[in-house]
Amino acid sequence: MPRDWLKGAKSFYDVVVIGSGLAGMTSANLLARLGHSVLLAEHHYNLGGMATWFKRRGGHVLDISLHGFPCGMIKTFRKYWTREMADSVIQLKGIHFDNPQFSVNTTFDKVDFSRILNDHFGIMKDVVDDFFITVRKMNFYDDLVMTTGELFQKFFPGRKDVWRFLMEPITYANGSTLDDPALTYGIVFSNFMDKGVFTYQGGTDQLIKKMKKELLKNGVDIRNHCLVEKVHVEDNAVNGVRINGKDIACKAVLSNSNLLTTIHKLVGDEKFDPQFVEEVKKVRLNNSSCQVYMGIKKGEKIDYVGDLLFSSDADEYNTEMILSKDVTSRTFSFYYPEIRPGTDRYSIVASTNAKYQDWASMDDKTYEVEKNLLIEATLQSLEKYVPDIRKKIDHVEAATPKTFKRYTLHPSGTSFGTKFEGLKVSRDLPKQISGLFHSGSVGIIMSGWLGAANYGVIVANEVDKLVRSLDSKKELISASV
Amino acid sequence: MTGKDVREAIISILVDIAPDEDVSSINDQDNLRDQIDLDSMDFLDIVMELRKRFNIEVPEKDYGQLATMASCVTYLEPLLKDRQLAG
Repeated sequence: MPRDWLKGAKSFYDVVVIGSGLAGMTSANLLARLGHSVLLAEHHYNLGGMATWFKRRGGHVLDISLHGFPCGMIKTFRKYWTREMADSVIQLKGIHFDNPQFSVNTTFDKVDFSRILNDHFGIMKDVVDDFFITVRKMNFYDDLVMTTGELFQKFFPGRKDVWRFLMEPITYANGSTLDDPALTYGIVFSNFMDKGVFTYQGGTDQLIKKMKKELLKNGVDIRNHCLVEKVHVEDNAVNGVRINGKDIACKAVLSNSNLLTTIHKLVGDEKFDPQFVEEVKKVRLNNSSCQVYMGIKKGEKIDYVGDLLFSSDADEYNTEMILSKDVTSRTFSFYYPEIRPGTDRYSIVASTNAKYQDWASMDDKTYEVEKNLLIEATLQSLEKYVPDIRKKIDHVEAATPKTFKRYTLHPSGTSFGTKFEGLKVSRDLPKQISGLFHSGSVGIIMSGWLGAANYGVIVANEVDKLVRSLDSKKELISASV
Repeated sequence: MTGKDVREAIISILVDIAPDEDVSSINDQDNLRDQIDLDSMDFLDIVMELRKRFNIEVPEKDYGQLATMASCVTYLEPLLKDRQLAG
């Protein structure tokens, strides 16, 4: 008989959180701290969603999405997790660009970017200042007419080298392009420019371990290997879920599953207003990724060549080329022993944006061949910066959009949720079905570690409001009987 | 709760949300955001804390009423008049 992963679970919870990405875990933690009973159901054997890692023989620990987040994450850790986690955040100071148009080093903050735009690109100081003020002021309520491309054209007409300098890192951070609304760029770019790029000292494994401990301390019932198959809805209100074939009742569901999966699969289109379903059909998934993971042999060292390297052979920034399977641009994340104090290990992860359909249509043999070509091209590109890299690694493997789909269950393996229009649909779910909430990477803005965690908080606030109002209604009824 | 109690309750929430800020020097007439480092997430935390501590709801359209200490007290005093300050 298979193991019962729900053994000892209660038949009722105030809130069921589906999925343990950073949004799901942060909301589960907050809701438990606010006094609600919370079940956190995760289909995978690990917690973290995309905030995850894996181990390989030879003592390798490889991070999937720990590439750098804005300093706002320190506050998010302190307020919604622990002071200890906040204190583990360190700055990554070596951000490098290397492409046919320019080669520069930066700390990736407003002061340094202004200097480079001035000195290297020859942009007048008042134009640079005006640009920073404009993007800083952008917010969610702005009109969506202007695209990021148009914003750049307005401030830096024809300067494709400047566009690349401003856009390339954000494309890697959240999959957005020149065609997306300028405000999505403005919000995310300003978050980074505030103080620079930061990371978690100890690595993803240490962070998720600490988060798990904190969730348990606050009373969250965590269940791995638990796939939520259905969200039960009656009279336009959520009343439970089915997990591994078993029904569990609840007052509210917070889905950290992909937005479209939540609507189409977990709830079902028939439960929504047909007009809303039409709106959902217009939501575009964001793109996926390929990664190549390289583990450095024990005892080997690599010289410091920076923390993040945006490397490209493409003549200029181009959305189609950045998504193309014939990779010309990639980001290298270098992990030195300082990231995991107490160890003496190094690793490198190369990331590229990618389209699911390019990889899903291959037969098994072609897929293996293509993965090896991706690894080979990555090593060739890396040799320019770490000349003897082939001698120093004793582990290398590749992940594709198919890999991301398998582990996250995200449709088309999307690694950045949805495009901008997804955010409104996500926010409108509770208006359609009482007690149904979604949180997680969505709408470009709510993407990445900071976006996802903070969106978890924003939605947890809505869940808390609803559950408390249901409770006080119940008190009124029982008082009047 | 009197106006003075309401002010004290808000200060106590601010100390939790922004522990590194000096709340003793807050000028009641000026924007809170200009005096201490508060972002939109912090305002959300204030709303959540008010709900948790006093069981009152500040609807999103009224978030603007929390801009200064004086406007906070004016807005919250009628909502909190029957509540007791903890401890």
